[in-house]
Amino acid sequence: MTLAPETTDLKVQLSLDGDWFTVCDLSTLLPGRGVAALLPDGRQAAIFRDRTGELFALDNRDPFTGAAVLSRGLTGTHRGRPFVASPLLKQRFDLASGQCLDDETVRVTAYAVRTA
Amino acid sequence: MTATPGATPTIVLVGHGMVGQRFLEALAERGLTATHRVVVLCEEPRPAYDRVQLTSYFSGRSPEDLSVTDMRFIEDHGIELHIGDPAETIDREARRVTARSGLAVDYDVLVLATGSYPFVPPVPNKDAEGCFVYRTIEDLLAIEEYAASRATTGAVVGGGLLGLEAAGALKGLGLDAHIVEFAPRLMPVQVDEGGGAALLRTIEEMGLSVHTGVGTQEIVVGEDGAVTGMKLSDGSELATDMVVFSAGVRPRDQLARDCGLTVGERGGIAVDEQCRSVADPHVFAIGECALAADGRVYGLVAPGYEQAETAAATIARDEAEFTGADLSTKLKLLGVDVASFGDAHGTAEDCLDVVYSDSRAGLYKKLVIARDGTLLGGILVGDAEAYGTLKAFTGSVPPVSPESLVLPAGAGAPAQLGPAALPDEAIICSCNNVTKGTIRGAVTEHQCTTVPEVKKCTKAGTTCGSCVKVLGQLVTAELEASGVEVDKGLCGCFAQTREELYEIVLALRITSYQDLLDRHGREEARGGDGCEVCKPAVGSIIASLAPTIGASGYVLDGEQAALQDTNDHFLANLQKNGSYSVVPRIPGGEIAPEKLIVIGEIARDFGLYTKITGGQRIDMFGARVEQLPLIWARLVDAGFESGHAYGKSLRTVKSCVGSTWCRYGVQDSVKMAIDLELRYRGLRSPHKLKSAVSGCQRECAEAQSKDFGVIATANGWNLYVGGNGGATPRHADLLAQDLSDAELVRLIDRFLMFYIRTADRLERTSTWLERIPGGLDHVRDVVVHDSLGICDELEQLMRAHVAHYRDEWSETINDPEKLARFVSFVNAPDTPDPVVAFVPERDQMKPDLPLLSIGTRPADVLEGSAQR
Repeated sequence: MTLAPETTDLKVQLSLDGDWFTVCDLSTLLPGRGVAALLPDGRQAAIFRDRTGELFALDNRDPFTGAAVLSRGLTGTHRGRPFVASPLLKQRFDLASGQCLDDETVRVTAYAVRTA
Repeated sequence: MTATPGATPTIVLVGHGMVGQRFLEALAERGLTATHRVVVLCEEPRPAYDRVQLTSYFSGRSPEDLSVTDMRFIEDHGIELHIGDPAETIDREARRVTARSGLAVDYDVLVLATGSYPFVPPVPNKDAEGCFVYRTIEDLLAIEEYAASRATTGAVVGGGLLGLEAAGALKGLGLDAHIVEFAPRLMPVQVDEGGGAALLRTIEEMGLSVHTGVGTQEIVVGEDGAVTGMKLSDGSELATDMVVFSAGVRPRDQLARDCGLTVGERGGIAVDEQCRSVADPHVFAIGECALAADGRVYGLVAPGYEQAETAAATIARDEAEFTGADLSTKLKLLGVDVASFGDAHGTAEDCLDVVYSDSRAGLYKKLVIARDGTLLGGILVGDAEAYGTLKAFTGSVPPVSPESLVLPAGAGAPAQLGPAALPDEAIICSCNNVTKGTIRGAVTEHQCTTVPEVKKCTKAGTTCGSCVKVLGQLVTAELEASGVEVDKGLCGCFAQTREELYEIVLALRITSYQDLLDRHGREEARGGDGCEVCKPAVGSIIASLAPTIGASGYVLDGEQAALQDTNDHFLANLQKNGSYSVVPRIPGGEIAPEKLIVIGEIARDFGLYTKITGGQRIDMFGARVEQLPLIWARLVDAGFESGHAYGKSLRTVKSCVGSTWCRYGVQDSVKMAIDLELRYRGLRSPHKLKSAVSGCQRECAEAQSKDFGVIATANGWNLYVGGNGGATPRHADLLAQDLSDAELVRLIDRFLMFYIRTADRLERTSTWLERIPGGLDHVRDVVVHDSLGICDELEQLMRAHVAHYRDEWSETINDPEKLARFVSFVNAPDTPDPVVAFVPERDQMKPDLPLLSIGTRPADVLEGSAQR
C-alpha cells in the first residue's frame, strides 16, 4: 500500500543554529505582506513571501527605532532585488541579505527559510 | 527729548506703507542699514501692510495676514520703527524731524513716503456720522462696525477701482449697495466706453445699483446728525444709511508744504529723476506723495517700488533714475477681470483698434495697434487671461495677428501665443520689475525648478500675483528646454504621474495593482513587487474609484490588503514603539455623554493613554495589535465607527457650536459639519483631508486652515479651499460665497473629486492649488463654471462613494479571516510583543523607551524623498 504524500499544509521553517524551526503554514503568508514570529531565544523574525512565491526572513526589529515592526512594512523590488520598507521611518532592507539600502553601515540578520 | 546722531549718519523715513517698506528692504540690500542709523516714523497703529489687497480683509484675511513687514527683518537690520507716531514738523535748516510724541531725530537724509489721502468732495455734511473713506485697515474696521449696527443700505461715491471694491465690500456686509459715479461710465481711467458698458452689465447683475453721470451735491442727515441719504446732481435723492467716499486720492504733502519744499500745482512733492526733492538735496520723496520728474503722481504700487529702489540707490551713490512708469493694471473686481495696459485709450496718432465684444458674456477686449502692427496697448474686461502675455508684447509686433489675440478659443483663434515667444527683456512681473531673462536665469543658473522657488529667488509674482500663470509657463518651458529630462514619474516603478495613473485606472477599469504594474509600469519594474511608494498610491486610487470601476471598496480585501501602509493594514495609527492608537469618528466633534463614558471605560479597561486631538476627537494610545479587534468590538457595539485617522482620507470636520447656542452664530455649523463628515467619511484621497465649519465670521472652528473650510454668512455659506496648518501654514482661499446648503455640498463634491483626480501623491490641497497651472482661478473655472465639462462626472463619482460607504471596522470584526492577521506572532498569537511595554507618567502611561534601545541610531524620515 502506498500512502499519498501530504500536499496541503506545507510548513514554513527558519534555519536556527543548524536546525529548522517551524513557524507557520505556508498558506498564512499573503504575497507582499509579512508576519512576525517569536523565536525560542526571545528574538523575533519577520517572514515574507513575494509574488513569485519565494520566501524571506529578517530580524523583526527595526534597527533605526528599536520597535519590532519590520513584518508590518511594505515590500517591493529595487533593481531586481526584493526589499521591505520599515513602516516607521521608511528605511528599506534587502530581504535576502538584510542590508539596509538607505544606510550602508546598517544590516539586520537574515535567516534562511524553506518549506517542508 | 532729542535723539542725537553719533558718528553714524542717520536716514529718517517718514511713512511706513508698502513703498516705505520696500525702501527699507532696498537700503538693507545695499548694506546701508549697516552703515546708517535708520529711523522710521509710522502714523498708522501697525507696520506696513498690503493696501492693494485691503478689500480681502472682508473675505476673511486678518490685518496680520495683510502685513508686508517681517518684524525680524526690522530687528535684524537695527531699524528703529516707531509705530503710531507720525512726523509733525520738519526743520530743514537744523535737519531735524519731530514726531507727535515729541521724539526729535536729526537726519542726514530724509525720505518722505507719506502716501496719499482720500479725496472727499466738499459737499455739505461730508463729515456727518455715517460718512467714511476707504484707505486704511482702521477705515475698514469702522465701516464694518457701522454696517453691522446701523445700516441696511450703503452708497459709494466714486466708480473707480477702489469705489467698486468698496461697493463689493458693502454688499458682502449684507447691505444694499449703490455706486455713484460722476463720469458717464465705471472705471473711467482704465476702460473706454465699450469696456465700461461690459463692466456695468456684469456689476448690475451682481445686484449692485449703479448711478453714472451724476454728482453728489449734499449728504442728507437726520435729526441725530447721522446720514439718511444723499442729494444727486440730477435732482434725485438716494436714501442710504452710510456713505463711503472713494473719489480718488491726493498726495499727502502737507508736511512738505509746511517746511517750504516745492510742491506741484495739483499737489505732490516735486522731485528729480533720482527722487530727490528739487528744493532740498537732503530730502527725497517716493510713492504717492511724490510728483515725479515726468510731472505725474503715480498711484500704483509698482512705480512706487521703482522710486523706492531709485532713492535707495541714489543714497548709496549708485546710478539710478525714475523717469516714468507703465500704468498697466490687472484687477479682479467683484470677481470680474479688468485689465488695461499701455496706450489703452488709443491716444497715439494714427493708431487702430481691434475690438471683440460679447455683451451676453460680459466680455470686452480691445487692442490698440500702430499702423506698422506694433501693439500699443489694450483693455480687457471679463477675461484677462492674456494680460501677462499681451503686456509683455506691448511695444513690439506680436508674431501672430492681433485678432487672434482677442478672439476666444474656438472662435477661429488660430494661435495661442505662449510666453515662450517673448524676448528676454520683456517685463513679466511689473510690480517687482522682473524680466523674462531673470526668470529664465533663476531656472538655468539658480537651479529653481518650481514656481515657489522662482518667486523666492526673483520676487516675481509676490506682489499682485497677476503674472504667476505666465511664470508657471515660463518655468516649465525653461525646464523642458534645458534638456534635463524631468522624470515626472511617480516612482521607480511607474513613469506616469499619479494623475495619469488615475486616468488609466478610471478609463481602463483596472482593479488590480499587479495588472497596472505589469501593463503600464516601467519596463524594468514589470513582473516585480513594486515599491512602498506606488503601492499605497495605487491602492488609494483604486479605493477612491472603487464603486465606479467595480473594485471592492474595502481596503483589506484580497490584493488590496498588500498595498496598504501599516496604518491602513491594521486600521490604526502605528506609534514609535510598535503599538497603535485608536480614533473613533466623532462627527463634527459632537458627542453624547453615554459615548464619552464608553470611550473612558474602554481606555481604562485596556490601559490606554487618552488625549484630545486637534480635530475634536479622542485618541487612545498604546493598543497592541492583538487588542485592536477587542477594542473595536466594544466601540462598534456602542455605535462608533472608524475615524480613518490612519488613512489618507477625510479625517474630521471640526465645528463651533454655531447658531444653536452661540449668541453670534448665524448658521447651524454643527449640523453642517456632521453632514459633511458623514458624506465624505472614508473617501480615500492623495493625502489626508481636514475640514471645519464656523457658524459666523468670528471663525472659531479655524476653517481657513483646512483643506476645505466653511464659514457661515447671513446669506448662506462661504467655501474656502487649500488651507493648511502644519509646517507650511497657508490660509485657505475663498472659492465661492453665499452658497445654499445644496450648492455648498455640490461644490465640495466637485472640488474634492477634482483634487483626487489631479493631485500628486501625498500632495495636500494647499500645495496642489499652488502647483496646478492657473492655480485657484483654474480650479474655480473647473468646479464652479464647469469649464472642462466634467462636473457631472465629478458629482457622479462622489455620489457613488457616498452610496457605497461601509465602516471598515465593523466589516473587519465580523470577518474571521481578516481578524486572523491581528495577532502579535503567527506562532504565538497570545504572547504580547515584549518590546511593547509602558511605564507610568502623569496619571497615565507612556511607552517604555529603554526597551527599544538596541543600539538604535538616529535617522531621518525618508518619506517624501522617495523619488528613486
